[in-house]
Amino acid sequence: MNQTPNSDHPDIVLCPGGPMLLRGDHVIEDEDGNEHQTTRPVTAVCRCGKSQIKPWCDGTHKFLRKRSAD
Amino acid sequence: MLSPASRGPLSHAVLHALRSGETSGLLDAPEPETTEDAQLALWIMYEQHHGGFDDISDDLEWDPHVLGVRRRLEQDFEQTLRARAPQAPEPGDFAETFFDFVAEHDGPSLAAHVHRSATKTQVREFLRHKSIYHLKESDHTTWVVPRLSGPVKAAVMELQYDEYGAGNPHRLHATMFADGLDASGLESAYGAYINEAPVEVLEQNNAMSMFGLNRRLRAASLGFLAAFETTSSVPSRRIAQGLERLGFPAEMIEYYTEHVEADAVHEQLAVRTICGVLIEEEPALYDDVYFGAWTSMDLEDRYANRMLEAWAA
Repeated sequence: MNQTPNSDHPDIVLCPGGPMLLRGDHVIEDEDGNEHQTTRPVTAVCRCGKSQIKPWCDGTHKFLRKRSAD
Repeated sequence: MLSPASRGPLSHAVLHALRSGETSGLLDAPEPETTEDAQLALWIMYEQHHGGFDDISDDLEWDPHVLGVRRRLEQDFEQTLRARAPQAPEPGDFAETFFDFVAEHDGPSLAAHVHRSATKTQVREFLRHKSIYHLKESDHTTWVVPRLSGPVKAAVMELQYDEYGAGNPHRLHATMFADGLDASGLESAYGAYINEAPVEVLEQNNAMSMFGLNRRLRAASLGFLAAFETTSSVPSRRIAQGLERLGFPAEMIEYYTEHVEADAVHEQLAVRTICGVLIEEEPALYDDVYFGAWTSMDLEDRYANRMLEAWAA
C-alpha cells in the first residue's frame, strides 16, 4: 500500500485520486495566506482544489473521479 | 430508558419475559407475526448489550432463554441480508474497487430531499428516526476492536478516537447529535423515539449490532463502516444546507458539518488502513467486507424509499 518498507504508519499519506492525510498537529497556510490549525488525530487536506471547505477535503474529488472515468 | 411497546406476539413475549424476569417461557416463544415484530424483539435484546432498560434487570443480559430467541432471530436476519446482497466485485486494487463499488450504487437520496424540499415537520421526523443510531454512534464498531490484529485494531482506534471526540466529551459525535436535538426542541434521551422507529430503522440498528457482537462477522462490520463513511460527507453537507434553509439551530447544523469534514477522513481510513489491511491479512474475509458494505447502503436505501414515499403521499 505504501512504498516505504520501514514505515507502515507514515505521517503523511497521499491517497490516489483523493486527499492528503496528515497525522498529528499541523498548521496549514492556504492559497490566501490564512493559517488553519488541524484539530483531529488525522486530517484530510483537499488536493483536487474543488472542496467547499478548503483547505480540508469534503469528498468532492469523488465526483471529479466519476466524471473523468465516464 | 424504559422498554418500548410491543409490536406483535414475539416482541410481546420477549418484553413480558424480560420485565418479569421469568424467561423460561421463551422456550415456547411464539413465531414473529411480522418482520417488524421480529426486528423489535431483536432490537430489545441487543439493547441489553448497549445501554439496557430501566425496567429490565441487568442480570438478564446473558440469560440463556433470551439468547436462544436472539440466536434464532439473528440467523433469520443474517440469511435475509445475505440473500439481498449481490456478489462482491472481482478483487483488484482494494481501495479503487471499493470506492467504485460505492460510487456505482445508485440509491434514492434522502439528503437531496432534505436539502431542497423537505418541510420542517419531515426533517424533525427524520431526526427522531436517526436518533436511534446517532445517540449511540460508533459503539457497534467498538465491539469489533478486540477481535482484530494489531495493525487493523490500531487503525480502527485511530478512526474511533475521532468519533469519540478525541478525548473531548463535547466533540463526541453522539453528544453533538444530542445537543442538536436539545436545541431543536426534541428529546435527547437515548431511545426516546423508539416507539415511532419504522422497521427499516430497526433493521439498520440491528444489522450494526449483529455485525458488532459476532466475531465471525467482524469483516461485515468493518465493510459496513467503510460504506457508511464513504456515503456520508456529501449527504451530510446537503443535510446541513437543508437544516440551514429551514432555520434549524446551529448545534444541529454543526453535527452535520462536522461529518462533512470528519467522514472525508474516515472514509480514507476505513477503506485503506482498515478494510484494505484486513483483506491483505485475511483474504477469506473479502466477501464479507462487501456483504457489510452492501448492507449499509441497502438498508439506508430502504429507509429512504419508505420516507420519500410516506412524504410524497
